[in-house]
Amino acid sequence: MSNQNKRKIILEKRLQTPKWIGLLVTVVSVFAALIFSSVFLQMTGQNPFEVYRVMFKSAFGSSYGFSETLVKAIPLMMASFGIAMAFKMVIWNIGAEGQLLLGALAASVIALSFPNLPSIPLIVLMMIAAMIAGGLWALIPGLAKSYWNVNEVITSLMLNYVAINIIDYFVYGPLKNPYGSNFPETETFVRNAWLPTFASTRVHLGIIFALLTAIILYFVLNKTRWGYEVKVIGESRNVARYSGMDIKKNIILVMMVSGALAGLGGMTEVSGVVHKLDPHLSIGLGYSAIIVAWLSKLNPFVIVVVSILFGGLINGGFSIQMHGIPAATATMLQGAILFFVLGGDIFARYKIRIIK
Amino acid sequence: MTFNMLIAILAAAITSGTPILFAALGEIVTEKSGVQNLGLEGMMLVGAVSGFMMGYLTHNLFLAVLVAALGGGILALIHSFITITLKANQVVSGLALTIFGTGLSGYLGKPYIGMPAPVKFEIVPIPILSKIPVIGTIFFNHNLLVYFSYILIFVLWFYIYRTRQGLNLRATGENPGAADSLGVNVFRLRYLYTVIGGMLAGIGGAYLSLASAPSWVENMSGGRGWLAVALVIFAVWNPARAVFGAYLFGGVEALGYRMQAIGVTVSPFFLNMMPYLLTIIVLIIVTINTQHKHIGEPEALGKSYDREER
Amino acid sequence: MSEIAVKMVGIRKTFPGVIANDQVNLEIFKGEIHALLGENGAGKSTLMNILTGLYKPDKGEIFLDDVHVDFKSPKDAIQAGVGMVHQNFRLVKPFSVIENVMLGQKGSSILNIEETEARIKGISHRFGLEVHPKAKIWQLSIGEQQRVEIIKMLYKGADILILDEPTAVLTPQEVNDLFKILRNMANEGKAIVFITHKMHEVMDFADRITVLRAGLSVKSMMKIDTDTSELANLMVGREIARGRKNTNKTIGEVALKLENVSALNDKGLLALDKFTLEVHSGEILAIAGVAGNGQRILSEAITGLRELTNGKIILYGEDLSNQSIREIIDKGVAFVPEDRYGMGLAANLSVIDNVLLKDYRNKKYGINFLNSNTTRAKAIELVEKFDVKIPTVDSPVKMMSGGNLQKLLLARETDIDPKLIVAVYPIRGLDIGATDFVHEILIKEKNEGAAVLLISEDLDEIYKMADRIAVIYEGRLMGVLPVEEAKLEVVGLMMSGTDVREGDSNV
Repeated sequence: MSNQNKRKIILEKRLQTPKWIGLLVTVVSVFAALIFSSVFLQMTGQNPFEVYRVMFKSAFGSSYGFSETLVKAIPLMMASFGIAMAFKMVIWNIGAEGQLLLGALAASVIALSFPNLPSIPLIVLMMIAAMIAGGLWALIPGLAKSYWNVNEVITSLMLNYVAINIIDYFVYGPLKNPYGSNFPETETFVRNAWLPTFASTRVHLGIIFALLTAIILYFVLNKTRWGYEVKVIGESRNVARYSGMDIKKNIILVMMVSGALAGLGGMTEVSGVVHKLDPHLSIGLGYSAIIVAWLSKLNPFVIVVVSILFGGLINGGFSIQMHGIPAATATMLQGAILFFVLGGDIFARYKIRIIK
Repeated sequence: MTFNMLIAILAAAITSGTPILFAALGEIVTEKSGVQNLGLEGMMLVGAVSGFMMGYLTHNLFLAVLVAALGGGILALIHSFITITLKANQVVSGLALTIFGTGLSGYLGKPYIGMPAPVKFEIVPIPILSKIPVIGTIFFNHNLLVYFSYILIFVLWFYIYRTRQGLNLRATGENPGAADSLGVNVFRLRYLYTVIGGMLAGIGGAYLSLASAPSWVENMSGGRGWLAVALVIFAVWNPARAVFGAYLFGGVEALGYRMQAIGVTVSPFFLNMMPYLLTIIVLIIVTINTQHKHIGEPEALGKSYDREER
Repeated sequence: MSEIAVKMVGIRKTFPGVIANDQVNLEIFKGEIHALLGENGAGKSTLMNILTGLYKPDKGEIFLDDVHVDFKSPKDAIQAGVGMVHQNFRLVKPFSVIENVMLGQKGSSILNIEETEARIKGISHRFGLEVHPKAKIWQLSIGEQQRVEIIKMLYKGADILILDEPTAVLTPQEVNDLFKILRNMANEGKAIVFITHKMHEVMDFADRITVLRAGLSVKSMMKIDTDTSELANLMVGREIARGRKNTNKTIGEVALKLENVSALNDKGLLALDKFTLEVHSGEILAIAGVAGNGQRILSEAITGLRELTNGKIILYGEDLSNQSIREIIDKGVAFVPEDRYGMGLAANLSVIDNVLLKDYRNKKYGINFLNSNTTRAKAIELVEKFDVKIPTVDSPVKMMSGGNLQKLLLARETDIDPKLIVAVYPIRGLDIGATDFVHEILIKEKNEGAAVLLISEDLDEIYKMADRIAVIYEGRLMGVLPVEEAKLEVVGLMMSGTDVREGDSNV
């Protein structure tokens, strides 16, 4: 206010953001992130175009590559749905990674305990177990948040590390393959516990679950009374309380559903892809899913699309390793994309004007 | 358990707690200004890898720590820009920072995996003081970074509570509107203290790769950044109190190693998860006890400051 | 009153679409208490923000001690000895008084706490500004916090002190204390300006008065040369409409009964103390009182948003005490809260979503799912019926003006045929048209048999609307009077905490 004769940049809040501006901003932000990263790659001695070309080609350039991308996208979608639900209510569930792992563990215990069950009951049982396990795991931060207002970012995140150690305990101990070599993993599940795959690819039935979940979730969030409550609570706790909504109950419920979906993602991963429990099941899927959810503006259908793109990014990350480029490049790209989308959002929220 | 062993564990608690302490002190400074930076894990990792690389290239520990601080600081600068200037959500930006830092450190550190550190922080007993029975062994028989952290605690405490700059810092986090109206430059201070916080996290990272386990391993911080975030809450944003929490975590970690060493039959995985479980439990207790009291959390923490809305 | 401290000449300030000040002249003398009187939006605050350097005038000049000044920022103004106490205090709550005074001051890097404390004590003694320097702000009452703000300005060496609506948050006793202090300061030669729209304050405490109306300075005069009716005319440019709006007597049976109701505020202090009251169907019962005397707690206790620590709340024989908010809503209790945005309406949600807030569980919107056609139709129905101005029912309500927001809120709250309406400051910040509309709705509901509990800080509103007047002071009921028997002086005394026994004719 002191330098009134100089030009200055004024941010003017938009009351309503047209949909196309939001979309445009997101797309431009992603490209900006890629350009920024390419400059960085160039500076550190990589050829960015080569990196992007290899990543894109291996992720989307062949039907095999694309099918592998879809395989990676399935658990991302499931975890993202759960995260989106929680974020919608402004509950920061950062624990999808652990919830996914616990879901995988529960499904594995079922698969290994009841090898004689017919396929459909066995798979259904695995799904139920995984959802319960993921849901209960998320219930811990949920209860703490709802009753004592304990910071759920930290509790849900701490539980990720606890979950990894629980998995380690099981695969090094009670569930370790008695016949196998010394690898920390369970024995391979019986065929009945495998989710069917499509044609000759590794794409499994989980993708149908995921698509169905997207539809159901969209419906729940937009057409039901519960979805309405989630929206109002997320918008303002005070307004929700004034309207007689039970905030505590909803926090607990949303956390459990959120965890259950991530847990289901863990189940489809062990049952559909690896067919056993191993500790490297999810290296950071639960974290990538946070980015996916945020990029998708918490919309389930957009999550499906963005998950496939990120599945490609993860898939491409593996491929570039064979070209001597660190796989961490993909993680870095993910972080950069989130930064740019987050920062770029200012153009959607504000009109930027330069005045004299 | 013998008395000597207890002393050894206490000394080890300091050794293991120091990287968390650095990060937590940094986060306290940042949060006091009203900015929450959940990206400690990412900044520690980048500090660890950049410190290691510099140490590897120059064999100079001072330069290594300096570069680690710069690495953490640059990451914090990104967070500052996104959350202070572009007013984006601080929680999500912090997560982005963690993911980005994890990826960046993995990318940069790839060629250094498995390489031994050519230089590292050796234990330097302080003359005379280290000869004091018990106390000397526990406190004065460490590397230089530990001594630096001792000084830092006092300096930060004094700076925050006894200087004019510290007063401005606290006011910025409590009531930026009031501070602004009194001529305190809220934006500049938030940038400054966010970057300083990042630099301290970077030093905490360098401690890992140059002192505790002199080498570079991907993801070597293993959640210590997040423990530090929790520690800030336990310490009710007071640097002096952060010390106890940091050494408690360090002690739990050290105890785990000791118990394995003497062959106590507890699963190592259970011992590994202890610090995280402990964090959850302590966090719940502290939250319940500090609710509705006017202590601790800066009032404007996590909220971007908008002049027009004051 | 000899020397001129401040002279503002021909001030003009415009904001996009609004002329806030035009051709404003103002003179303030040393040693006087000067009232700046005007309605909301008359341009009082803008003028003072220009004087304190926050805004730069488009036109016009400012002189301090006959020297032309050109403030580029509030810092310049403070340096020149102009200090302002804003309505919203700029205090850091967890800081001590000393720390708040030191904040933003120049000086050595290491804080000199003892010296500052001594200087604060010096200022306190000199002007009668009693406050404990080591106390934390959150421990202080609002009146004490205001003193801290004044001390801050004096510490910086302010010779011209401006106070923006200083009495809005004070009890009558605190108001008297404040003006005693201000008088002490004036006697030492300081120039005091206070912004107000309350006539009686001007008459009680000011030496000179400048009236602003619609951005123009209308007239300056000595207090002894004027009276309230002249001031009122100058202020609004017309006679204040007296006369009642609520003309039908429709009082019926007892609807709401409060028996010894107590509740705590957010700090855990007793804010509602054994409150006993009855409201009848077809009656508007107004709660009069200075803001902050437990009105909000009372409204929240009745609507279930605040736990009772004692007593019972009964609606038509049914016990509502400590029932869930939802159960209370379902029993037909409508609530127009003090915070329209923060509580009554969700700013970023659409009109449809906001209309549904209380009624979304109703099966008429669909058995299992919310039928978007039905909900939309409902929103359109209410918007049309209450003439709410809004582009579409899908627009977020934050695009609406205050009057339209309140219409929408009332439309929703009265749509469920409430048995009881609790309305807290329902016309705060509204223009005359919207005020009339709100009052019409409340009277219509009353005529149809609803019990209305109207919490108000505006005695004009209370006399136009109420059947009976209850006065609240520090969470206690001071008495209930039928409006016909409620003398203004008596109500005023009760509002300031004086115990006036019913039938006591000595008042």
